[in-house]
Amino acid sequence: MSDSRDSIANTFLVAIGVSLVCSVLVSAAAVLLQPLQEQNERLYRQQIVLEVAGLYEPGIDIEERFAAIDSERVELAGGDAAEVFVVRDGGAVEQVILPVSGPGLWSTMYGYLSLEADGSTVRGLRFYEHAETPGLGDQVEKADWLAKWPGKQLFDANGDVRIEVVRGQVADSDNAIYQVDGMSGATLTGRGVTALLHHWAGPLGFGPYLQNISSEAAGDE
Amino acid sequence: MSDVRKVLIDPIVDNNPVTLQVLGICSALAVTTSLLPALLMCIALTSVAATSGAAISSIRHRIPNNIRIIVQMTIIASFVIVVDQMLKAYAFETSKQLSVFVGLIITNCIILGRAEAFAMKNGVGMSFLDGLGNGLGYSAVLITVATSRELFGSGSLFGYEVLPLTSNGGWYEANGLMLLPPSAFFLIGLLIWAVRSVRPKQVEHPEYQIHEVHRTEVL
Repeated sequence: MSDSRDSIANTFLVAIGVSLVCSVLVSAAAVLLQPLQEQNERLYRQQIVLEVAGLYEPGIDIEERFAAIDSERVELAGGDAAEVFVVRDGGAVEQVILPVSGPGLWSTMYGYLSLEADGSTVRGLRFYEHAETPGLGDQVEKADWLAKWPGKQLFDANGDVRIEVVRGQVADSDNAIYQVDGMSGATLTGRGVTALLHHWAGPLGFGPYLQNISSEAAGDE
Repeated sequence: MSDVRKVLIDPIVDNNPVTLQVLGICSALAVTTSLLPALLMCIALTSVAATSGAAISSIRHRIPNNIRIIVQMTIIASFVIVVDQMLKAYAFETSKQLSVFVGLIITNCIILGRAEAFAMKNGVGMSFLDGLGNGLGYSAVLITVATSRELFGSGSLFGYEVLPLTSNGGWYEANGLMLLPPSAFFLIGLLIWAVRSVRPKQVEHPEYQIHEVHRTEVL
C-alpha cells in the first residue's frame, strides 16, 4: 500500500478524487444556501434604501416599510434602465432615492443617494458595497462622514453639477453648499465619489429624470 | 480516556496555539473589536479545524507524500467556503463585519499546522478532537481579547451597555485605542506574559546569548 501510495497513478487518483469530492461539497453548499443568501441581500438592500431615506428604525418590519415606497423604472441615455425609489407624501413626491455606483480606488462602490423633491438637495447617501482600503477609504460607509452630506446641493442655479468631495475641510465660501469634507488618507476614494455623482447626476445618468422631478415639484407649488 | 482529555484540554492553556505557538495572530487582531464577530469567528475556525482534521485523517493512508500539502489545503479551503456560505445565509450582518477574515481561515497556520502535525498521523476521532481542542484554545484567547476590547473600547458587551459612556451622559470615557488593532497586540502580549508566568515551562530559551567580545578573541 505504502509503495503504491506515492506512485504517479495514485497521485492522480487522489488529486482528482479530492477535487471532485470538494467541488461537489462546495457547489452543494452554494446552491442550497443561495435562496437564503439572496433574501438576506435583498433585505439588506431594502434596509439601506430605508436608511438613506431616513425611514429606518431598528426593529421595524423592513419589507412592510419598504412596500410603502414606490419603485419606478427610469430609462437611461445609454438604453439601460435603472430602478429608483420614490417616497410620496400623499400624491406629492417627498424624496427620490437613486442607485449610484462607480469606481473608487480599488473597487466599484455601490450605494444609494436620496434627494429631496427639488432633485438637487441631498437627503442622504449610503454605500453598501465596496472594497476600499480598510481604515482609510472605507470611511465612505462610516456614519461620521456620511452625516456631512444631508443639505448639500448637487446642482447650481444654472443646472450644472457642482457637488464635490474636496481635499481636507470645506472652506467657508459660497461654494461650501456644493462641497463635502474629504476623508483623510482617502483622496482618491473621495475623487471616485465626486466622479460617480457627476456621472449619475449628469445627462448619461439621472439628469433628465431629476429635471422632470424638479419641474413637477415647481409646478405643484 | 486520558488521551482524549489530553488532546482536547491541552491546547486550551498548556499548549495553546496562540499563546504558546504564537500562531493565528492576524485574525486575532482583526476580529476582536467586539464580542459577537469574535465569537462567530471562533465557531467558524473551530468547526473548520475539527472537520478538516477528521477529513484529512480519514484519507491519510492514501494521500501521496509529494502532494500532501495541496491536498490538505484543498480540503481545508472547501470547508472554509462551506462555513462562509453558511454564515452568509444564517448570520448575515455579523458575516459582513467579518468580511474577508472567514475566507482567510484557509491560511490560518493553526489549521494547516494541526493537519500536518496531527491529522496525518492519528485516527479520525482523535484528529477531530484535536481540531476541536485547538479551536477552543484559539477561541479562549479571542474571547478574552474581544471581551476586554469591547468592554473598555465601547463600554459594552455583545452590544449591551455595561459601562455608560460619557458621550451618552454616563461616566466612562471610552478608550479609543482599544478599538484599534495595536491594542490586540498589547493584550495578546500581556496574555502570553501572564500564561508564561503561571507556567514557566512555556518560556522559550533564548536562541542567542549576547556576550562581550574581547579584543583578544577577535585577533
